[in-house]
Amino acid sequence: MSDLPNASNTPGKPAPWNDPKIRALVFQALLIGVVVMFGFYLINNTLHNMEQRGISTGFGFLDNTAGFGVTQSLIEYDETYTYGRTFFVGLLNTLLVAVLGIISATLLGFVMGVARLSRNWLIARIATTYIEIFRNIPLLLQIFFWYFAVGLNLPRPKQSFALGETIFLNNRGLFIPRPITEDGFGLVIGAFVVAIIAVIVIARWAHRRQEATGQPFHTVWASLALLVGLPGLAFLAAGAPLTWEMPELRGFNFRGGLSVLPELFSLTLALAVYTGTFIAETVRAGIQSVSHGQTEAARALGLREAPMLQLIIIPQAMRVIIPPLTSQYLNVVKNSSLAAAIGYPDLVAVFAGTTLNQTGQAVEIIAMTMAVYLTFSLSISMLMNWYNAKMMLRER
Amino acid sequence: MSTFERGPDLPPPVTQVGVIGWLRRNLFSSWLYSFLTLLALYLIWIVVPPVINWALLDASWSGTAREDCTSDGACWVFVSVRFNQFMYGFYPEAQQWRVNIIYGTLFLLMTPLFLKAFPWKTALGGFIIFVYPFIAYGLLDGAWFGLEVVETTRWGGLSLTLILAGVGCVAALPLGIILALGRRATDMPAAKSLCVIFIEFWRGVPLITVLFMSSVMLPLFLPEGVQFDKLMRALIGITLFQSAYMAEVIRGGLQAIPKGQYEAADALGLGYWKKTGLIVLPQAMKIVIPGIVNTFIALIKDTTLVLIIGLFELLGMIQNALNDPNWLGYATEGYAFTALTFWIICFSLSRYSMRIERKLHTGH
Repeated sequence: MSDLPNASNTPGKPAPWNDPKIRALVFQALLIGVVVMFGFYLINNTLHNMEQRGISTGFGFLDNTAGFGVTQSLIEYDETYTYGRTFFVGLLNTLLVAVLGIISATLLGFVMGVARLSRNWLIARIATTYIEIFRNIPLLLQIFFWYFAVGLNLPRPKQSFALGETIFLNNRGLFIPRPITEDGFGLVIGAFVVAIIAVIVIARWAHRRQEATGQPFHTVWASLALLVGLPGLAFLAAGAPLTWEMPELRGFNFRGGLSVLPELFSLTLALAVYTGTFIAETVRAGIQSVSHGQTEAARALGLREAPMLQLIIIPQAMRVIIPPLTSQYLNVVKNSSLAAAIGYPDLVAVFAGTTLNQTGQAVEIIAMTMAVYLTFSLSISMLMNWYNAKMMLRER
Repeated sequence: MSTFERGPDLPPPVTQVGVIGWLRRNLFSSWLYSFLTLLALYLIWIVVPPVINWALLDASWSGTAREDCTSDGACWVFVSVRFNQFMYGFYPEAQQWRVNIIYGTLFLLMTPLFLKAFPWKTALGGFIIFVYPFIAYGLLDGAWFGLEVVETTRWGGLSLTLILAGVGCVAALPLGIILALGRRATDMPAAKSLCVIFIEFWRGVPLITVLFMSSVMLPLFLPEGVQFDKLMRALIGITLFQSAYMAEVIRGGLQAIPKGQYEAADALGLGYWKKTGLIVLPQAMKIVIPGIVNTFIALIKDTTLVLIIGLFELLGMIQNALNDPNWLGYATEGYAFTALTFWIICFSLSRYSMRIERKLHTGH
C-alpha cells in the first residue's frame, strides 16, 4: 500500500506488449500474414480445381478463333477473328452506350434539376414527379420495360414511325441517315481543329484582359461563330463534300443508313432516364448551395442577369455539382453492364458471357473484365481528387 | 371646414390575391412561363388520361384466364392469377405460412424500435441483426426445426428480394464497420492500405461482374467437396459488394465526429477499443443511419440483378411468367406491377431516411 513505485511522475517506457507502436507492428504483421496465407490457400485451391476439371490456365486462348458473330461492332469483326478481338468489340460497345447514356442523362438531368427549382409551379411539380418516380424503380426493370414492353412492341418495319422519310423507328431499331464523306472533307475537319485552338487562345486572352482592365469580352458568341463559321466556310470552299445515305425499306427491313439496335436504343433510354434523376438532384443541390447573399451581392454590384449567372452563380454551383456528377458518370459506365440482360453486345455480354461460356477460362476472363471497370473507376477518381484539390476553397 | 374622413380600405387588386393572383404568380408570370405552362398542360393531357384509362377505367380486374381480359385496358388478371408466385416464388403453398410468420414476427419485433419510450432498443436491435436471421433461415429451410425441407432453389419472388437485401445489408454492417475503422487507422499503414484496396476494388466493379464472379469463380476457390448453393454464393457476392459501400458511409460518420470527442476519450485514459466502442461508434452510427438506409434502398434495387445468375426474385418471377405461352404479351402489366411494388418500398424508405435526417439535424 505505502510504497507505490514513484514512477508516475516520470513516465518510463511501457512494457513492450503495452507499447502502441509495437502493438501496431505486431498486429499488422499478423494481418498481412493471414491475408497472404488466405490468398495462397485460394490460389492453391483454384489451381487444383482447374487441374481436376482440365481447364488450362493462361491467356493463350485469346489467340484462338472465336467462331461466333456479334450483332453490333464498331471495328471490323466476324466469326474468323480471335477471342482477343471480341474483348475489344465488347469494350467499344460498352464505351458507346456509356457515352450516349452520359450525354443524354446530363441533358435530361440539368433540364430537370433546373426545372425543379423553377418559379413556375406546374413545371416544378412535373420535374419533381419525374425524379421521385424514376429513381425509385430498379434500373434493370426500366431496361426491361423499354426493351420488352416498348421496343419489341413497336410497329413492324412497314408501318414504322417515320419522321419526314429520313428517320424511322420500328421493332428492328432506329434508322437514321448515314453521312458519307467525300474527298475534301479533311479540310472541314482541319478547319474545326483550327477553330478549337483559336477558341482556346481567345478565351485565355479575354480572361487576361478582363483581369487586367475589367473589360468583358463576348467569348461565348465569338467561340460559337468560330466553331460554326470556320468549318462552314471550309465546307463551302471544298464544294460541299458530304452526302447522306437514306434508310430505305427493302423487303422486310430497312437497308442503308445508320441503324441503331433496339437493345442499344432501350438501354440508352433507360440509363438516361434513371441517371437523369440523380443528376437532377445533384444539380438542384448545387444551385441551392449558392447562398442567396451571393445573388444579392451581384445585384448590388449592378450585374445584369446573364453575367451574374455566368460569373457568380454557375462557378460556385459547379464546384458542388461536379464531384457527385462524375460519380454518376461512373455509375453509368458500371450500369451499362446490365446490357447483358437484354443481349446488347457489351463487354459483359460478349466477353464475360459468350467468350467465357465457349472457353471456360473463368478466372482470366472475369479478371480482365473487372480490370477494365476498375481502370475506369480509379482513373476517374484520381482525376476527381486532382480537381477537388484544385478547386478547394482557399480560405484566407 | 372639412375634416379628413378615412374611407374604407380598398380590397387588394384581384390580380394579386386569391386564385387569380396565385395563377399569375406561379403559372403566368411572364410570356415564357405562360408558354411553358401551356406546353406542360398539353403534355399532361396527352399522357395522363390514356394511362388512367388503361390502368384503371378500361382494365380487367377479375377472372382466372386470359379469356377474361376482354377490355382494351390493362389485364390485371395476369397479376392476380400469379400473385402468389410473385410473392413467394416456388415455395410450396402448404408451407407459405412459414414465410408469413417470418415477416410477421419481424414486423412485430421492429415496432418497439420506433417507440420512444421502449428501453431495450439496443438489445432488441442486436437480436434482430445477429440472432433473428438464423432463426429465419432455420424456419425457411425447415431442417433445423424438423419441418419439410424447402431447398433454396424454390425460394423466390418478393420474399427472396427482401431476404437478399436484408441479409446483404445486415452481414455487410460489421464488415463495413471494420473496414471503415481500418481505413481511418493512420498509425497502421499496412492495415489501412489493405482496407483501402478492398473498398476501392468492390466499389470500382459493377455488381453484375461480382455476381458472375461469385457464381463462376467461387466454386473454383473452394477446396474440393465444399459447395455452396446458388443463393449462398449470390449472398456472399452481395455482402462483399455492399460492405465496401457501407464502409464508405460509416467512414463519413466517423469523420463527422468532432476531434474533441477523440481527445476527451484519450484524456480519460480509454484504450483504442473502449474509445471506439463507447465514445466514437455510438455517435457515428447514429449519424449514418440515413446513409445506411440509402445504401439499403440502392441494394433493394440492385437485387434484381440476381435474375442474371438464375435466381428468381420478384423481377425474375415476372420474366418467368411472361415466358408462359398462355400469357404472352402482358409484359407491360407485369412490369407496371413490379415497378409499383419496388416504388412503394423504395419511396417509403427514402421518406423515412429523410425524416431521421431531419430529426438528427438538431443544428448545433
